Amino acid sequence: MNFEAARQAFYEECEELLAAMESALLAVEASSGSARAEHLNAMFRAAHTIKGSAGLFDFGEVVAFTHLCESVLDRVREGEVPITPALIELLFDCRDRIELLVAAVRSGRPAEPAPSTEAGLRSYLGGPQPAAAKAVAVDSRSKVEIEAGGDHLVSSDHWHISLRFGPDVLRNGMDPISFIRYLATIGRIVYLTTLYDLLPEPDLMDPESCYLGFEIEFAAGPQVDKLTIESVFDFIRDDSKVRILPPHAHIAEYIRLIREMPEGTSRLGEILVRGGALTPGELDEVLGIQRDRAEAGEPQQLGTLLVEEQLAPPQAVAAALDKQREHAAQKTREHRVVRVDAGRLDALIDLVGELVIAGAAAQLSASQSGNGALIEAVASLGQLVERIRDEALGLRMVPVGEIFGRFPRVVRDAARELGKDIQLEMSGEETELDKSMVDRIADPLVHLVRNAMDHGIEPTERRRAAGKPDYGTVWLNAFHESGSVVIEVGDDGGGMERQRILRRAIERGLVAPDEVLSDQQILQLVFEPGFSTAETVTSLSGRGVGMDVVKRNIEALKGQIEIDSGEGEGTVIRLRMPLTLAIIDGFRVGVGGVSFVIPLDMVLECLDLPIEQAQADSHYLNLRGEVLPYLPLRTLFEIDGPPPGRPAVVVVQYGEQRAGLVVDRLEGELQAVIKPLGQLFRGVKGLGGSTILGSGAVALILDVPDLIQRAIRDERRRLAQGTARQSRRLAVREEREQ
Amino acid sequence: MTISAVYLDGRCILRIDGPLTIYEAGESKLRLLDELNLAQIVEVDLAGVAELDTAGIQLLLLLKREAMRQNKPIAFQGHSKAVLAVIDLYNMAAVFGDPVVISGQGAR
Repeated sequence: MNFEAARQAFYEECEELLAAMESALLAVEASSGSARAEHLNAMFRAAHTIKGSAGLFDFGEVVAFTHLCESVLDRVREGEVPITPALIELLFDCRDRIELLVAAVRSGRPAEPAPSTEAGLRSYLGGPQPAAAKAVAVDSRSKVEIEAGGDHLVSSDHWHISLRFGPDVLRNGMDPISFIRYLATIGRIVYLTTLYDLLPEPDLMDPESCYLGFEIEFAAGPQVDKLTIESVFDFIRDDSKVRILPPHAHIAEYIRLIREMPEGTSRLGEILVRGGALTPGELDEVLGIQRDRAEAGEPQQLGTLLVEEQLAPPQAVAAALDKQREHAAQKTREHRVVRVDAGRLDALIDLVGELVIAGAAAQLSASQSGNGALIEAVASLGQLVERIRDEALGLRMVPVGEIFGRFPRVVRDAARELGKDIQLEMSGEETELDKSMVDRIADPLVHLVRNAMDHGIEPTERRRAAGKPDYGTVWLNAFHESGSVVIEVGDDGGGMERQRILRRAIERGLVAPDEVLSDQQILQLVFEPGFSTAETVTSLSGRGVGMDVVKRNIEALKGQIEIDSGEGEGTVIRLRMPLTLAIIDGFRVGVGGVSFVIPLDMVLECLDLPIEQAQADSHYLNLRGEVLPYLPLRTLFEIDGPPPGRPAVVVVQYGEQRAGLVVDRLEGELQAVIKPLGQLFRGVKGLGGSTILGSGAVALILDVPDLIQRAIRDERRRLAQGTARQSRRLAVREEREQ
Repeated sequence: MTISAVYLDGRCILRIDGPLTIYEAGESKLRLLDELNLAQIVEVDLAGVAELDTAGIQLLLLLKREAMRQNKPIAFQGHSKAVLAVIDLYNMAAVFGDPVVISGQGAR
C-alpha cells in the first residue's frame, strides 16, 4: 500500500470512527450505569484509534486534540469528572472538531482554531495535567533516545514490550487478546511469551480476574514510534504494568525490567533470551550477580527451568507454531473488508454488461445452429453469467443503514435547537440500495427529517391538547417494493392542512383560484419552487428553499416522491427510488417490428386482450372486478403495420398503481443491459433507456412508472369529460323540465 | 456453554461446547474442577469450543496445572478454530499439547 492509499484509508477509517463516536455519545446521553460506562469506553476507543492512526501520518494537530479529548474522557471514565449535559455538549463539539481537523488535513488547509472547545476540555483537566502536557510532545523520538542513551546497548533490533495485565481488565471488558491483535496491526510480533506464573491455586483463582503477562519482541512498522506503541496500551496503563524498551536499549533498562516484574530474575531472563531480546552473553551480564552466586556453589536455575514441562517446547513444535502464528498475524493485518475504488467496480459492471450481451448473442446462434451439445454448453454458461451479474451488482449494494446512521445526531441537534422533545425511530436499515444512490439521497433525507421536525411536530402544548404524548416521534423506514426501494420519512405531528396549502399556492399564483385539484395534487404543491407555509422562519427551515430542491434531486435519480398526510395525524413522505441497476431482468414484448423491454419485476401478469375489448373504444378493462386502465403501445409510439388478431395485455405495477400495456407479441424474458438513450430520444416520454439484444438489434426499455401515470391520467380525463358531458345533459334536461 | 463428561475405564473425556469466555467463567471453573477431581485420566475435547477469550484460556491453564499437581495425565485434543486462534496468538501450543500441530490442518 503506498502512502497516498494509506492516507485515503485513514480518512475513511476516520469517517467510520467519527460515526461510532457519535452514536456512542448519543448512547451515553440516553443511558446510565454500566451501559453508560460501556458507551464511554466506545467513545474513548474511537478517539484513541483516531489518535493512533493520525500519529502514523504525523498529523500533529489531530493527535494533540484527540489526546486532549482522551485525557478528559479518561477522567470521566474514572469518575473524576461527572457526566453533565454541558460535558456531553462539549464532547459533541469535540467530535465535530476532530472531524474538522481531519477534513483540514485532507484538504491541506489549516483548520480554524477553536479555542473555546480546547479551553473547555482543559477546564475539565483542572490545571496542567501531565497527560495534557505530553500531548504537546508529539515527537517522542527524543524521549526514546534518552532512554536508549548510554554506551552499553543490547544488540536486538526489536522493541521489547513487557505487559502484566491488571486483575480487573477482563471485568472491564478488555481482553489482552485484542491488545495483542491490535499491536500486530502496527508492526510484527516477532516472538511472544505468555506468562501465567501468577495464576493462583484453584480455590483462590477468580475466574473473572486476569493473571496473565506477556513478553513480546516486536518489530514496529514504518513510522511507528514509541508514542504509538504506548498508545496501544492507553486503556490499561493505569492498572497494568506496561514497559516498552526500544531497539538497542541500554542494558540497564533490562536489568530494571527484570527486577520490576514479579516472575523472578532467572525465569524472565530465560524468556528474554528465548524471545531474542537478549543474547545469552547479554543475559549473563544482566544476571551478573546471580552468576556470581552460582559460581559460589548454588545450583544454576536457568537450566532446570528450561527443561520444566511446558516451557521448553520441542523444536519441531516451535517451528510449526511460528508458521501458524505468522499466518494468523497476517490474517489480522488484512482486514475482513477490502476497499475498492468505485470506478473499478463500475468498470467491472460495464464488462459484465458486455458479457451479458455477448452471452445472449452466443445463445441465439447456438439455438439457430441446432447443435444440442452447443446449446447445452451455452445454456450453462448463461447461468454462470447470470450469477456473475448478480454478484457484481451486489457489490455495489450497501444497506440503507449507512445513511440512517447519521440521523440520531441530526435529530438530537435539531430537537435541541427547536426546543422540542423528539424521538427518532428507524427500521429497515438492512434494506440495500445502490451505493451511488446512497451517497446522493442522504442530503434530501436530512432535509425531509428536519422539515418533519420543524413543521411536522407541533409544540408540546398543542400535542397535549390533541391527546398525543409530549414527545414527538419522527421515523425512518426503508423496504423493497416491486423493483424499487421505498424510504419513508414520517412524523406523528400535525399533518398538512390542505386548505392552507391551497390558499398559499393561490396567493403565490401557483394555481388558478378555480382550479380543482385532487388531494395528492394539493400536497404535491409543497414541492413547488418558492413554496413555504411556515409562518415563522426558523433557522432550520421555512425559508421556502428545500422541498423543491429535494424533489429535483429525487427526480434526478429517477425516483418519485409521494406525500401521505392526515390532518392532526402526521405526515409520511415516501421516496420511491429505482434500484438503479445497470443490468435488469427484462420481459421482452413486440409491437409491429419493434421490440420493447419491460423490467421484469414490474410485470404482474399477462393476458389476452378480450376481442370485444379490442374493438370497443374503451381504455380500461375489467380485471377480476377491478378497473384496469390500459395503453396500446401501438398508438402511443405510432407504430405502423397491420394490428395482430389477438393483442396481449401485460399488467404492470409500480408502487400501488397498476396499468395494462397492450402489445402484439410476448417474446419472453431476457437480461437487459441498460444503455442510456441517445440525445435524440432523451425527450421522449415513456422510454427509460435502450438495450442491445442478442441478435444485435436495439430494443427500447419502457419507463413503466411514467406509462402508468399516463394511463391513469388519460383514464381520469376521459372520466371527467364523461361526467361533465353527463352533468351538462342533466342540466339541459332540468332546464327543459322547468 | 455445556460441559459434558464421558467416563471410559477411568478415563474421562470432557467435552466443552459453545463459548468458553468470561461470561461463563465462574460456572465453567466449578464444573471443570469437579470433573477433574473425579477422573483419573482426562482428555479435554475442544472441538466444540465456539469462542475462547483470555478468561477461558486461563481456565484451561488452571485445569492443566491442577491435573499435573494431582499427577493425573491430561491431554487436550480436537482444538477448534477459535481455540487455535487464541493459542496461536498466545504462543501456547506447547502448553496445550502436540495434537495442535496435527489437528492444525483442520483449522485452515
